Amino acid sequence: MSVAVDRSPQAQSETSRTSPNGTGRYAIEAEKMSVYYGDYCAVRDVDMSVPSNKITAIIGPSGCGKSTVLRCFNRMNDLITSARIEGEVLFQGQNIYDDEVDPVEVRRRIGMVFQKANPFPKTVYENVAWGTRINGFRGDMDEMVERALRSAALWEEVKDKLQQSALGLSGGQQQRLCIARAIAVEPEIILMDEPASALDPIATLRIEDLMKEISEKYTIIVVTHNMQQAARISDYTAFFSVDDRRTGNLIEFDDTEKIFTNPSQKRTEDYITGRFG
Amino acid sequence: MDLRRKPRIAESVIQGFLFLCGAISILTTLGIVYILGRESLLFFANEEVNLLKFFGGTEWQPTIGRFGIWPLVTATLMASLIAMAVALPIGLCVAIYLSEYAPQRTRSILKPILEVLAGIPTVVYGYFALTFMTPLLRGIFGRELVEIYNTASAGIVIGILVIPLVSSMSEDALSAVPGSLRQASYGLGATRLETSVRIVLPAALSGVAAAFIVAISRAIGETMIVAIAAGAGPNFTFSPFRAAETMTGHIVRISGGDLSYDSIDYNSIFAIGLLLFLLTLSLNVLSQWIVRRFREEYE
Repeated sequence: MSVAVDRSPQAQSETSRTSPNGTGRYAIEAEKMSVYYGDYCAVRDVDMSVPSNKITAIIGPSGCGKSTVLRCFNRMNDLITSARIEGEVLFQGQNIYDDEVDPVEVRRRIGMVFQKANPFPKTVYENVAWGTRINGFRGDMDEMVERALRSAALWEEVKDKLQQSALGLSGGQQQRLCIARAIAVEPEIILMDEPASALDPIATLRIEDLMKEISEKYTIIVVTHNMQQAARISDYTAFFSVDDRRTGNLIEFDDTEKIFTNPSQKRTEDYITGRFG
Repeated sequence: MDLRRKPRIAESVIQGFLFLCGAISILTTLGIVYILGRESLLFFANEEVNLLKFFGGTEWQPTIGRFGIWPLVTATLMASLIAMAVALPIGLCVAIYLSEYAPQRTRSILKPILEVLAGIPTVVYGYFALTFMTPLLRGIFGRELVEIYNTASAGIVIGILVIPLVSSMSEDALSAVPGSLRQASYGLGATRLETSVRIVLPAALSGVAAAFIVAISRAIGETMIVAIAAGAGPNFTFSPFRAAETMTGHIVRISGGDLSYDSIDYNSIFAIGLLLFLLTLSLNVLSQWIVRRFREEYE
């Protein structure tokens, strides 16, 4: 089942949610999710079911709310006092915005990698170990750190400098360290906000390869402004656009191949072919 | 087009002026050190005193020629330690609250209020210690134990005096830690407390340590509060509830009386001043070392 969202008011009520994968398991589902910063509506009525263990890319022009949507998936927007969310975000059947849900627990299960590599000013080892330590990890820490660094394809490069500051690594290595750090706490979903935008092409390719590798174990949702990147790595692509009130909307969410070869919406096609954005 | 170098007189003038400003502060410091050193030498040249007596004696009675510095040092250290025990934890907690917990509005109200505390004249604090803190301590610990003049009362109030210093400087250091580190921490499922104490605080350590050092130096050098509330007479004691005179308190009392220029009493206060100076200087050096050793540099 492939459903594209028609943003006309009549059609809106019928399509309660969209997903390129109607029968599969969903990692996270947004239902009529709107985000406000104060009075300004940043994103309106997003219905989006993200399939498990796949890479889903979110693309769209600047200011369409891509990052805002991503940050709603692990309640990072809670840190912005003016932000307010309407609608539901279901994770394992539970609305993560319910009153009884602990945002700290949500963020442990839904990790995040940021646009600019932001390792802690600690050693390489401690960067990986820290997240698990605060979550009460009781096993063999050395082994866990090695496993996480291997998963992030970083072990060979840093195994001799585990006790050195993470800030001494190159930009690409720092970003892979951030991925290792996220993997270490064994989340179910990893959100990535333009993880390669600050990196050179070679480092970017390594991050992309890494994303493909770890997508077997984790659901990855990646925001990117790089359409080639979305086409290269993702299984599904969500296209967001922005209306004249600067409010973001989900225009179309489908198999990546379909979005890039035969989109159902005119606006998607215009964006993909470079007519705007 | 004329590419030749043009004379820019204003540029040289401003450069010279800025250099002069820097030079004045350095020269003043050197001058103070020189005077302290010269007068101290006169003091130690006196046949009644020598370094052994100065650092070995536990009695400071200039009238009978006893110049053991320890009563003054212990009183100073006791008052400062008590002050730090009050100011560092409270100041740091206030800083963490303001930087990591308080909403923008609360912070913009609280910070200026806190800084008003720093603007209260120390003589007011002195009488606050004598007329409020001392009776309070006597009420809690008993009138037999707590004397009217005591270092505990002065120390606690010095602590209150330097809280704004500690909190304001520490808050600046904590706020300067990039938000991306906090986000990374929250993204790993850290609580606000874990993020504040284990990510933000270590990253801000050098600034926080600097705040502590300024506060300690301020506490050691504080004069008015101890002169009013701690006692007027050297007393070699380790009880914070007994009257004792600190180095600064002693200097102010002696120099306030009529003191002849050439007397040994007069020279002795320079020796105390020099020791005070060396004490804060060594604290500064120590703290620099600690900061270099433990700081986590971001960027």
